[in-house]
Amino acid sequence: MAYSDKVLEHYDNPRNVGSLDKADDDVGTGIVGAPACGDVMKLQIKVEGDIITDAKFKTYGCGSAIASSSLVTEWVKGMKIGDAMQIKNSQIAEELSLPPVKIHCSVLAEDAIKAAIADYQKKRALAAE
Amino acid sequence: MSIETPIYMDYAATCPVDERVVQAMLPYFTTHFGNAASRTHSFGWAAEEAVEKARQQIASVINASPKEITITSGATEANNLAIKGAAEFLQSKGNHIITCVTEHKAVLDTCKHLERHGCEITWLPVRTDGLVELEAIEAAIRPETILVSIMSANNETGVVQDIAGIGRLCHERKVLFHTDAVQAFGKIPMDVDAMHIDLLSVSAHKIYGPKGVGALYVRRRRPRVRISPQIHGGGHERGNRSGTLAVPLIVGFGAAAELAQQEMAQESKRTLELREHMRKRLIAEVPDSLVNGTLERHLPGTLNISFSYVEGESLLMGLKEIAVSSGSACTSASLEPSYVLRAMGLNDELAHSSLRITIGRFTTIKEVDYVVDRIRDNVERLRAMSPLWEMVQDGIDLESIEWTAH
Repeated sequence: MAYSDKVLEHYDNPRNVGSLDKADDDVGTGIVGAPACGDVMKLQIKVEGDIITDAKFKTYGCGSAIASSSLVTEWVKGMKIGDAMQIKNSQIAEELSLPPVKIHCSVLAEDAIKAAIADYQKKRALAAE
Repeated sequence: MSIETPIYMDYAATCPVDERVVQAMLPYFTTHFGNAASRTHSFGWAAEEAVEKARQQIASVINASPKEITITSGATEANNLAIKGAAEFLQSKGNHIITCVTEHKAVLDTCKHLERHGCEITWLPVRTDGLVELEAIEAAIRPETILVSIMSANNETGVVQDIAGIGRLCHERKVLFHTDAVQAFGKIPMDVDAMHIDLLSVSAHKIYGPKGVGALYVRRRRPRVRISPQIHGGGHERGNRSGTLAVPLIVGFGAAAELAQQEMAQESKRTLELREHMRKRLIAEVPDSLVNGTLERHLPGTLNISFSYVEGESLLMGLKEIAVSSGSACTSASLEPSYVLRAMGLNDELAHSSLRITIGRFTTIKEVDYVVDRIRDNVERLRAMSPLWEMVQDGIDLESIEWTAH
C-alpha cells in the first residue's frame, strides 16, 4: 500500500503528541474508536474563552489514523470552538489524500474533535450550575 | 552498523529463486524448449526426461514415487484439485468433508464452494496453541465422510499439526487424508507413508523455486486414490491435470526440491538458531510482546509475535526498509484482522498488533539483529503515542472500557 507524502510526513513527525490534564476544567477530552477495530484516538483540547489554545493527541492505529489525528490537532490550535465543530472528515481526507479504504480514519478524527469539544462543553455546563 | 536494505524477512510469502535453480532452468527456455508431450522427436524426449527427473526429485522429498506426483500451476490449484477432485470422484460414497478454520484460503474457499454445491463441511476449531485436536477429528468422522483436509504447517503462525496422528486416524477410519504442505515441504521431514497421507499439496516458490508451479501427491497404493480432474484437455499428468507442462518451471521445482532435501537438516538448524535469537531478544527487549502459536511444534524459520498496544500496520510503516507481514486488518483489503489468530482466541487488539517474520536461506545474523533493533525502537516510539499503552500504564483495564465501535 502506498501512502501519500503528507501521511508519511505526519507519521514521521507527528505534531502535538501527548496528553493534557484531563481533570482541568479548561480541557476537553475525546476518546473514539475501539481496539477491536484497530483504531483508538484520544484527542484533547485546552480552551480559553472560546479559542482552542492547545491540542494534544495519542492514537493507536494505522499510519493514516495517526496522520489524521496529528493534522487535526494542528488545525484546531488557535481556532474558535464553533469553527472547530465545522471540520469535516472530507477536508482531512482531501488534505492527506487518503484512499477510500482509509476514509474511516478521517471520520474518526472528526469524531474525536467533536467528542473533545462536547466533553469541554459538558464540563463548562456543570461548572456553571 | 552498515547493512544493505531492504531486508527480506517474509520467506513464508515467497522466496527468491536460488541461483543454482536458475542455472538448472535456463537451458529449458532455449536449447531444450520441447513439448514434453511430443513423442516423435528428440526435443520432446529431452523435455520429458527433464520432467521425469524433476518428478523424482520432488517425490523423493516426501518418500513418494514419481508416478504419484501430478504437476500443477501451484499449491492453490493442487488444493482445489485434491478437494474438488476427491469430492467429485467419491460423491456416490459420501459428501462430508472435515477441515479446520485456520487453513489457507485455497482450502477454505474450495470447501465453501463445495458446501454451496451439496457437500457438508465440518469446520473444526483450533486450540489457543493453534493445534487441531485429534479427538475432534475423530468425533467428526461419520459414515458419509470422504475426506479430511488439515494443513501440515500454518502459513501465518508456523504451527505444525500432528500430521502422523491425523493420518493414522484417517487410515484406520478409511477416510482420505489431504494435507496442504506448502509451508512444511522441504523445511521439516515429511513422509507420505509414515504419515499415512493420501493427497499432499506443494508449491515451488516457497522452497526457492520459481512461481507458477506446484504439485499434488496422489497416493497410488494402499489405497489407490482416485480423483476427478478439474482441468480437462489432452490427458496430461495421467489425466489428472491437462495442459502442456511448463518444463523450465518444473525443472526448477525439481532442482529446488533436491536442494531443499539435501540441505534441510543443516538449513533448518541454522534458521531455527536465527529465529530463536530473534525471539529471545524481542521478548527480552520489548515488554508485553507475545509469541502466537505453540513453539513445541513449529517451523524453524517462522515467528508470529504480537506487540500489545501498537497497531501492526503503523509498525510496518516504521519498518519501511524491512519486508515482514502483519495480521493487522489494515494490511488486508477486508479490514478484518487475521482469521487465523482470531481462531486461536487472540483478541482483536492482539491480532491487530501482530507481525509475521520469516527467516530463510539468505538471512544473516546481522540482519536479524538489525531487524530486532528497528522493531524495538519503533514499538517504543508508537507506544509513546498509543492511548492504550497510556491507559495500561495508568492501571486502567482496557476490557472495562465501553468502546465505541465504528
